[in-house]
Amino acid sequence: MIDFALHNAWLIPLLPAIAFLLIVLVFRPLPKASAFVAITAMLISFILAIHVGIGVIQAGDAFVEHPLKYAVTWFEMSGLKIEMGVQIDPTSAMMLFVVALVASLVQIYSLGYMHGDPGFANFFAYLSLFAMSMLGLVIAPNLLQMFVFWELVGLCSYLLIGFWWHKYSAREAAKKAFITTRTGDFGLLLGILLLQINFGTLDLQELGRMIPNFTEYTTLTLGGLTAIAAILFLGPIGKSGQFPLHVWLPDAMEGPTPVSALIHAATMVVAGVYLVGRTLILFKTVPGAMAFVAFMGAFTAMFAASIAITQTEMKKILAYSTVSQLGYMMLALGAGSLTASMFHLMTHAFFKALMFLGAGSVLHAMHNEANIWKYGGLKKYMPITYWTFLIGCLAIAGIFPFAGFFSKDLILEVVWAASTLSGHAHGPFQGLYTVLYIMAAVTAMMTAFYMFRMFFICFHGELRDKHAHPHESPFSMALPLVVLGFLSVVGGLVGWPGLGEGKAFGYFVRLGEFEVVHANWFLIISSTVLALIGIGGAMAVYLKGAISHEAIAKKFAPLYKLSFNKFYIDEIYLWLIHNVLDGLGKLLWWVDLKIVDGIVDGVGQGAKITGSSLRRIQTGQLQQYALILFAGIVILVIIMGFADTSLAKLSLLGGVR
Amino acid sequence: MIGLNHFLIFSGTLFCIGLFGALSKRNAIAILMGLELMLNAVNINLVAFARYVTTGILTGHVFAIFVIAVAAAEVAVGLALIVAIYRARISVNVEDFDWLKW
Amino acid sequence: MMVMNKNLFHSALFMLVTFIGVAGMYVMLYADFMAAVQILVYGGAITIFIVFGIMLTQRGNMKETNLFSKNAAVAGLVSLVLIVINAVMVISTNWPVSNQAPPEETVGQIAELMLTKYVVPFEVAAILLLVALLGAVIIAKEVKKTS
Repeated sequence: MIDFALHNAWLIPLLPAIAFLLIVLVFRPLPKASAFVAITAMLISFILAIHVGIGVIQAGDAFVEHPLKYAVTWFEMSGLKIEMGVQIDPTSAMMLFVVALVASLVQIYSLGYMHGDPGFANFFAYLSLFAMSMLGLVIAPNLLQMFVFWELVGLCSYLLIGFWWHKYSAREAAKKAFITTRTGDFGLLLGILLLQINFGTLDLQELGRMIPNFTEYTTLTLGGLTAIAAILFLGPIGKSGQFPLHVWLPDAMEGPTPVSALIHAATMVVAGVYLVGRTLILFKTVPGAMAFVAFMGAFTAMFAASIAITQTEMKKILAYSTVSQLGYMMLALGAGSLTASMFHLMTHAFFKALMFLGAGSVLHAMHNEANIWKYGGLKKYMPITYWTFLIGCLAIAGIFPFAGFFSKDLILEVVWAASTLSGHAHGPFQGLYTVLYIMAAVTAMMTAFYMFRMFFICFHGELRDKHAHPHESPFSMALPLVVLGFLSVVGGLVGWPGLGEGKAFGYFVRLGEFEVVHANWFLIISSTVLALIGIGGAMAVYLKGAISHEAIAKKFAPLYKLSFNKFYIDEIYLWLIHNVLDGLGKLLWWVDLKIVDGIVDGVGQGAKITGSSLRRIQTGQLQQYALILFAGIVILVIIMGFADTSLAKLSLLGGVR
Repeated sequence: MIGLNHFLIFSGTLFCIGLFGALSKRNAIAILMGLELMLNAVNINLVAFARYVTTGILTGHVFAIFVIAVAAAEVAVGLALIVAIYRARISVNVEDFDWLKW
Repeated sequence: MMVMNKNLFHSALFMLVTFIGVAGMYVMLYADFMAAVQILVYGGAITIFIVFGIMLTQRGNMKETNLFSKNAAVAGLVSLVLIVINAVMVISTNWPVSNQAPPEETVGQIAELMLTKYVVPFEVAAILLLVALLGAVIIAKEVKKTS
């Protein structure tokens, strides 16, 4: 079975694809049957993914250096060979597991959440399509295949955000998400093309072999490679919601909540992180790009956290929290640690999906009332949601022994190590990492604060909206919460410090040599203390009411306003688009209309006039045509005969020679 | 003594007469007859070369026979076409045929 | 005479004369087989064909059936110039004439060539004739009113 799974991993994305086709072509009028088909296919995929994972673990580190890869040629021409295939190594196996797990749970959850929705079958079709694309992205052995699926997940994201298309805001959000990510994707495509032009291959393994010694294979300078890395990084910036292209992610919460959990928390948005992780060797080769990635990550983390503090909608808070955590992952990659980044990716997928599904459960109970100030005291109405949500909050805040604690600590540790280790490969940017460490630590505190702010407002105190009648969610929604809650508790244990070869997470998912993680007590204690400060602060303000939150807001009014309005990034974009882009567009429109069109029309007119005068010649009589032909021959011969003798070779009157 | 040049000039002249007929007549059958003359001129050329240039090798004759065969086929098809057109238009005057006109 | 005559039928008869004249040329060129073929195919078959064509398309009076079109003047000029050019070219060219005696009989050699070296074109020509025959029949056949 394991062997079968390993060698037929292509089935994993194929099954949801089949489900998608079946639903679209056959089962669309039957909602229950579509859901059944989608969930069955997804569960089989999940089982296969588990077996792949087991196979990879059993193989030890054999797959780390030499991934299992099989592919068929997609198209080929000289200098360009593109394959379609599967690459199994611990990183992709881990991603397969996470994606398939979250996708399965979200589909089960949707059974309850989307119950009675007119687009029930469509929803499952989209979910299946998304699962197919995401799994295909994960196992892609080359960048082009990755790009194809990358765009496919973008499309699914668009479809699902705009799922309730009758809502104006949903439509707008879908467009915004699509266009914003496309902006980044353009850079990604450029980066891929540049890699292909310079290295002549897009295969991840070959690139991994060639890039560290790029001077042997190409004429690129270090600066050129840095530019390629930076351009390539635009894609992840868009997809993973890094500053300044993060604006689409909070708006994407217009989609149904399971979608937010699946796409905008656990899987699609981490595709950017995954891509950088896959091409980390490229970034590692150039310190400048590493520093860029790390800085973007840390800045985004802090920036998004500062916005999340003042938001009033549950899903918006979670969205900014997602942006912030994605920043963390980027930061880990920027510090050169694939392990830390992928570890956090995994635990984040657990607890963020858990929290989104919890939020969905709350929304379901409160009839889609979004403002958290209308909630309160939900603890007694929905105990399962309450406890699982608490687990999620503790996990993201980084409290021992929940999953987030291990992964977040690992990130802080690698950043700390990057700033202190002498002779590290970060070149002139080493000093930067100390700053980044401080930013990350502060962000951790802010994260704990805003998470528990939301938690206390929602679940404690009195129910503020007297008309609502909250109720616990049905079994199909509670089950995924419990499973994810369990994983959020124990998921971090695989990264227990001090685990040796063959056991630790970092032994499998890594780039370069394996290093046993040693507990750094200073970091552990400091980060726990910071998290506790954050929780305590939230408790003091929102649970006990010791300090009035309105007073604080008033005291720091400008800052509060800035944060509440998301630093006016949207407004800045709007202004830019209105004034600069529209002006440019108008100018170009005029040029196009008057000059370009004028030339084109002129050419057309000229041809028309010439044609109408020339058409008189066409009598339609073959005899005349033949006559003209022979007259032409005569004239030619005469010309040649009397022409200059230097054309003697052409001259026929001189006779055949 | 009649030499190669005489035959060539004769065949060239015959060709041009045929050409003149094909180009200047109104009746489609007359045009066909002009074409036959041109083909005949070509045959004379071939045979003349076979006689004077490659004496003893009769490839020119064989070629001429093929030309005759093709000419026979051409006349058959051409006449059939003329008959068909005549049926459609009650005319064999090529000046009435202007279907190629745009 | 053939091209200048206004009567199409007379034209056809003059064409027959021309064909027979060409056969005479073949005899002068020691091409006895070619002369025979010329008389048989052209003098016999093709002339009959043409005459049939005339009979099918021309009704009644044969006078004024073979007129010149308005292109005649230009066509005549072009043809005359071509004759002159041709003559000049022929005379000014130094032909590699061989002085061997012409073969006594050609039929045997032609037969040998046709059935050995040129057997494939020979067969193709046969098929061509068949196709032409069928094509001519189909084209000339009365179009049946189907509706």
